[in-house]
Amino acid sequence: MKSDFKRSIHTALASATLSGALSKFSETYKVNRAKAYEGIDFESLRTTIAERKAYAASHLEELSASFTRNAEALGAKVYKTNDPEKVKEYILRVAKENNVKSVVKSKSMASEEIHLNHFLEKNGISTRETDLGEWIIQLAGQRPSHMVLPAIHMTKEEVADLFSKEVNERLTSDIPRLVEVARTELRSKFLAADMGISGANIAVAETGSVVLATNEGNARMVTTLPKIHIALVGIEKLVEKFEDVVPILTALPRSATGQLLTSYVSIITGPVPNTDGSMKDLHIILMDNRRTEMANDPKFKQAMQCIRCGSCLNVCPIFRVVGGHVFGSVYTGGIGTILTAWFEELQNSEDIQGLCIQCGNCKEVCPGKLDIPDMIMEIRRRLVTEKGQPLIQKAIFSVVNNRRLFHAMLRAASIGGKPLTKGRYIRHLPLFLSNMTDGRSLPAIAMVPFRDRFHKIKQPKGLREKAAFYAGCLIDFAYPEMGEALITVLNKAGIEVTFPDAQTCCGAPARYSGVYEVAEKNAIDNIKAMLKDDVDYVISACPTCTVALARDFIATFESVGQVEWMPKARELAQKTIDFATLVKKLVDEGRLTLTEKNALGKITYHDSCHLKRTLKVCDEPRELLKKVGYEITEMYECDMCCGMGGSYSIKLPEISAPILKRKLTNIKNTGASIVAMDCPGCIMQIKGGFDQDGTKVEVKHTVELLAEQLRE
Amino acid sequence: MYEQFKSTAEGIGAEVHRFKTDTETLEFILTFLNEEGVADTPHSYAVWADGPFLTDKNKKVFLQRINGLKFDVTRQAAADSRIGISDMSWALVDTGSLVADQTAIEQRLVSTLPAVHIAIVPTNNILPGKAELFTHITPQQARYIAFISGPSRTADIERVLTIGVHGPKRLIIVFVDAYKGGAQ
Repeated sequence: MKSDFKRSIHTALASATLSGALSKFSETYKVNRAKAYEGIDFESLRTTIAERKAYAASHLEELSASFTRNAEALGAKVYKTNDPEKVKEYILRVAKENNVKSVVKSKSMASEEIHLNHFLEKNGISTRETDLGEWIIQLAGQRPSHMVLPAIHMTKEEVADLFSKEVNERLTSDIPRLVEVARTELRSKFLAADMGISGANIAVAETGSVVLATNEGNARMVTTLPKIHIALVGIEKLVEKFEDVVPILTALPRSATGQLLTSYVSIITGPVPNTDGSMKDLHIILMDNRRTEMANDPKFKQAMQCIRCGSCLNVCPIFRVVGGHVFGSVYTGGIGTILTAWFEELQNSEDIQGLCIQCGNCKEVCPGKLDIPDMIMEIRRRLVTEKGQPLIQKAIFSVVNNRRLFHAMLRAASIGGKPLTKGRYIRHLPLFLSNMTDGRSLPAIAMVPFRDRFHKIKQPKGLREKAAFYAGCLIDFAYPEMGEALITVLNKAGIEVTFPDAQTCCGAPARYSGVYEVAEKNAIDNIKAMLKDDVDYVISACPTCTVALARDFIATFESVGQVEWMPKARELAQKTIDFATLVKKLVDEGRLTLTEKNALGKITYHDSCHLKRTLKVCDEPRELLKKVGYEITEMYECDMCCGMGGSYSIKLPEISAPILKRKLTNIKNTGASIVAMDCPGCIMQIKGGFDQDGTKVEVKHTVELLAEQLRE
Repeated sequence: MYEQFKSTAEGIGAEVHRFKTDTETLEFILTFLNEEGVADTPHSYAVWADGPFLTDKNKKVFLQRINGLKFDVTRQAAADSRIGISDMSWALVDTGSLVADQTAIEQRLVSTLPAVHIAIVPTNNILPGKAELFTHITPQQARYIAFISGPSRTADIERVLTIGVHGPKRLIIVFVDAYKGGAQ
């Protein structure tokens, strides 16, 4: 990680403005979005959008040609190019030919992408952004930090300072007054401008139409007052049919800002009359800039389904902590990482791809059905393939790749870590490792790992089914008592638990770091181990491990072209089940009785990312906990990431810490004395947080809470 | 349909009125212009774009009543007006939007530049949503299809919703039940 990148993270984290505004926005956004989508079948809507946009992405040539033909038949001039330089030259040429002195622009991310303003200004053409947020950042000489809310990082005081300089008058930070100043200032620019430049939200091939959605009304002025209108359109905006406008216009404002529709939508088809009776000189530039290449890439073609609503930023736990500027490019957030990797170069996404914690929030809300976390993983994989991995990481994975060595080191750590531990925690680490224990203690490595305890556990004879327990590193080496609890619960339901000794790391750390060949080796080792004996289930009490066994082994094999082990990977996936789902099933089948002996009081439940959003399990653990007598008080944002993200909290502890802090606060606010969850990783994070925070809240795995009641 | 539309449109800051006849509608508009202080001085004009509602009306009578009302919608007149009046052809229940073919420049000028936009809509033309709308109007027939939903708004400074950044600060929607203007 480059040091200036780390520095930009620290700057962002230090800015209370940013985190204040972004937190507030992310909270209200969630409510407004839900309200805006009331009565709408979001799944069916986004399926339609994804299907129509995917069709367009696979017919770009055809749609561009048809758009060009139809728009030109009406008198528009259409220019298509792959090259951002040619876009700029074209616009400059039109400007020069028409003696253009000043340009007004409505918001266009495509123009930001090619740094058009700077280019036109450099060539002596005064260029004004007219979207209020864009104008603010233009005056500040900055880049937009959010594709829908460009100036969300700025305070009203900063805006007042900028405007004061612009109008030579000392302005206060009264927002309506500042907006009035913008209205007056920009009104004269609109009326004087010789050329208007806009983007487009949609371009319709069959009619040659461009669709513009704005709230301020600036696009209506940009397309009405100057005699020349240039629409700069990224070719991902093309759709085949006019009817495709309906689902996109239904989703875009709802997903972007929680509005039913923007204040203004203009559908422009060919030149329209000017104020002097002449016809508009309408130019439409279809800009490729590597979009066709992206559409031809099997892993990234789905990025063409993006409608640029920015909802992936609005729900991102990382974005709301660091904001957009740390992304260092025009497009920010999860989608920005992907677009930067393509529109600039893969290399430029090297640092920012690491910001993704893989929580999956964005995937849930994306109206274009983009799997952003998966594409970011692919960027990681390609970066590692192209560039190799950092040395330290390589050293770590060479250990993880060797089960015996890895386990030997973990055992050694339990003794070697002694001087640092206090009770069951490591509270401080020395030197450069110290920020790993900043705001969170780490669990001490267990003196006796689960694999050594297992053989001493007496299980009843003659149980009717068998389950192989996949412990995962955390339960095996840090929380062996969870493994013991699991055996208690399953034995009660008539299931004998086996522990295949040869199991090793699930490969998630390697995979999430883009090191697929290590993940592949881990997968093969585990497949051999877990399928050695004939069992009815392979059970895990770690959602990340469950996802690894049930899905990621197959995905890793697909990525690296591993075919030999694929059938076995599928067999393992078939048998793999997470703890809560299996136990709920056993209860439903009457094989396990959970009874409420006495009221156990209030607890709250934290949903782990992989369990809730990948495995779609959230009701099961709650129902089980209620059955044994707990009363669940839901916390605010119960399914928001805790900031653990596996090795994320080690690589970017400064981001992980504030996310954890929010989670701790939300837990504390429920007043519950116990917080339950199903992921040992989240437990490590949250338990470590409470240890340093000093609050007495018990952090427990569902398996422990159930076993406690079954043992009594 | 009307009640539903009214509730959605008011939810996004529009003002909604309803009258039985053209005469009542006219009375409302002219009274409003008077009360708002429309006068024959720059920045106090009102501009009224030609449309079906006006076709059978005697504009001269209006001009006598309201000084500063203009039917000749030039760029300058619109820029110097406080109030703009136009027909809008359809109203959409699901989003509280008005829609019209605004290919003609005066339609755009009167609904863009003045601080107040009064939109006249036949009550019969309230539609459920976009899908139904596009059976009535398509890009093949109209080069500039305009949707207007509430007044101009921004939340670009600290996410605080502020009305009237570039376009009208007020949108006043006037429905006419027994709309007698030219055919829609």
